[in-house]
Amino acid sequence: MKKELGIFILLVVLCAVTTLENARFLSPENLINMANIIGMFGIFGIGAGLVIVTSGIDLSVGSLIALIGILLIMALTEWHWPWPLAALFVLGVAMVLGWVHGFLITRFHMQPFIVTLCGLLLYRGLARFIAQDTTIGFGDLPGFGTLRSLASGRWLGVPMPFVLLIIVSIIMWFVLHRSVYGRYLLAVGRNEEAARFSGINTRRVIASSYVLAGLLTGISGILLAFYTNSVTPSTHGTFYELYGIAAAVLGGCSLRGGEGSILGILIGTALLQVLQNLVNLLGIPSSLNFAVMGAVVLVGVLADQIFKQRAASRTKSR
Amino acid sequence: MTAAPLLEMAGISRRFPGVTALDSVNLRVGRGEVVALVGENGAGKSTLMKILGGVHQPDAGEIRLDGRPVKIHNVNDAIRLGIAFIHQELNVLDNLDVAANVFLGREPRKALGLIDRKKIHADTGPFLQRLGLAVSTRTRLDRLPLAHQQMVEIAKAMSLHARLLIMDEPTSSLTLSETNRLLELVCELSGQGVSVIYISHRLGEIDQCADRVLVLRDGRNVGELARGEATHDRLVSLMVGREIKNFYVRSDAPRTPGFFKVRNVRSSLFPDRTVSFDAVRGEILGFAGLIGAGRSEMAKALVGLEPSPAKEIVLDGKAIPIHTVREAIERGIYLVPENRRTEGLVVEMSVRENVSLPSLKRFARGGLIQRRRERDAALRQVEALQIKTPDVETRVLSLSGGTQQKVVLAKWLAMRPRVMILDEPTRGIDVGAKAEIYRIMRALAAQGAAILMISSDMEEILNVSDRVVVMHEGQITGLLERADCNEQNVMQLAVGRKIAAAKPPFET
Repeated sequence: MKKELGIFILLVVLCAVTTLENARFLSPENLINMANIIGMFGIFGIGAGLVIVTSGIDLSVGSLIALIGILLIMALTEWHWPWPLAALFVLGVAMVLGWVHGFLITRFHMQPFIVTLCGLLLYRGLARFIAQDTTIGFGDLPGFGTLRSLASGRWLGVPMPFVLLIIVSIIMWFVLHRSVYGRYLLAVGRNEEAARFSGINTRRVIASSYVLAGLLTGISGILLAFYTNSVTPSTHGTFYELYGIAAAVLGGCSLRGGEGSILGILIGTALLQVLQNLVNLLGIPSSLNFAVMGAVVLVGVLADQIFKQRAASRTKSR
Repeated sequence: MTAAPLLEMAGISRRFPGVTALDSVNLRVGRGEVVALVGENGAGKSTLMKILGGVHQPDAGEIRLDGRPVKIHNVNDAIRLGIAFIHQELNVLDNLDVAANVFLGREPRKALGLIDRKKIHADTGPFLQRLGLAVSTRTRLDRLPLAHQQMVEIAKAMSLHARLLIMDEPTSSLTLSETNRLLELVCELSGQGVSVIYISHRLGEIDQCADRVLVLRDGRNVGELARGEATHDRLVSLMVGREIKNFYVRSDAPRTPGFFKVRNVRSSLFPDRTVSFDAVRGEILGFAGLIGAGRSEMAKALVGLEPSPAKEIVLDGKAIPIHTVREAIERGIYLVPENRRTEGLVVEMSVRENVSLPSLKRFARGGLIQRRRERDAALRQVEALQIKTPDVETRVLSLSGGTQQKVVLAKWLAMRPRVMILDEPTRGIDVGAKAEIYRIMRALAAQGAAILMISSDMEEILNVSDRVVVMHEGQITGLLERADCNEQNVMQLAVGRKIAAAKPPFET
């Protein structure tokens, strides 16, 4: 709880500073726009966080999002599949690919970094090949209005991605913090050996985290495709895995595994998006966008580390 | 020459917030003398040694070396004064060779700053000879058994001209023969004029090598016994401050032969050997042998942590398949592993989370954990086993070794074990906690479980077991009935010899 509090305070401070400098920060359009983006990034951020909890990492998120976008558009506009089938299809693809990652990692003891790095390269290449390296879009064909409004509509004025994020977060909060499965995830991340000796099927637990990450990335992928309305396979979703990882780490997930909080990931995601917004609203050259984000993540994690060391030396003075 | 002893620590006190770790403790070590330092965990042994190593400064008291007062501010000071430490956990880099380890941090350089390899190998050789270690200086440490790695550490100390060697539980990971070799070496070193402070929980070893035994309790000197005076009972009562009655408990609990039959277990370490034995309900069956005899691997294969497809397990007359550890657990066959910190516990988690880990589903409804039930179960175990923890939410990390081991036991005791395999159940645990663990094991046996105890502590094997199975290189060399359990017999079997007293480990 303390950990989330620190970054929450940071978030509030950033919001306050931005508001003072430019009141447009609190305008309805800006807030709605931000909620929309936070929704899309938060969902796959939670997936990234779950994998990090098992002391793994998923670098393939951005490329997978591109592949999902391309496949979804193809299924709807070229192959004219009914939208429920198309949606299930892309979610299925995302989960199967996640399962393949998990399988390679648990069965052949490959390092998650390597497996998902190869995924990053592979899916980007596939996406570009399938789309023949051209931008493709949904156009204004009829037939999938329901999916479109599910992905990019509003509910009581709130953008659907944000609504979905809240739903996903609540479910995942119970999964990670209250369920047997969540406890197993944390135990496996902390000490896989001890978990195995306790009769936990560690391979299945670890592999399943990649499947879940795939599913959540798939959902985000659909939302993002409708958000941009067309997908350029060479650039769609690039670096998104790093947003997910940064948000999770800011939110208290340790890359050593066994530690993580859904609430923290949410705040971390929001923080990153507020930062981007701040860069725009404060007239900072947008070329500095990444630099600002890198600096803030660095300072945030550093402050947390120093705080933790202090606390540790206080309790362990013997 | 001077009559002053090599080392004198006089009136050493050290306070930490909330505790007095040391209260005017005295310690004197003569040249070439071996002084054993004993005491329960928390008695102040390690604080005293950390003061010698410069990790802590004393609040009061004086350290004299050769009669001259010295101040030790850091490890380098200690090294300069000829004080070297051999810790329980080895301080070697196993990706480097022997010579590189011996000269680590003070490598002689050639031009361009490159390491003078020829010199370090040439200089390392004599030290190995002096210790009787017949390995090449070019051997990578990960190719060497633990005992030899430890010798390399001693060689390093010698190369630093150490005059005082502090050994903290040096034998906790060694086999019996390695232990004997180390004890011999301690005698040899003392003959060469090197003084040794020997810290151990194993009283038998102290008897063998120490000239004098110094006992600490609650940060004070509570007694000093010369060689010959230091009987087991006197040491124990000094250490715990009271008589421990029935340190080793026996019982006349009803025994059911043929309760647990194990046939053809094969482990990865010795894939062409198999192990078969019978265990009786109500007994503690000891498993003795040298380290590397394949006992731990056998246990892992038995419970399904390692594949062993051809094995047959019969429990209480029923054949049961065990392919995964889950299946073993469902049948009530549990393994308490050798390394509690890496295999037995998730040390960063709380007592509650550790205790419930193997039985978590019992506290869940619809996949969600019911915290209250989980907590209550943990509280019950804490009470039943008298686990000394401030709270069930305390992280296991901060508990003492003995308490941690009880938490591991608590994980399984809640689930009514029928067969409990304990691998080195009291390693690194102080005497008081040991007695409690033995009592728990005995009680469990009396409740109708079969206890298999793997141990490399001869004293423990001989005194705790009802019968002893001895293994050598992946095979059982014989079973000793209670009356035939003595050190000679166990050792003979452990090195693979045949003896008349040995029986087959199962009835055909």
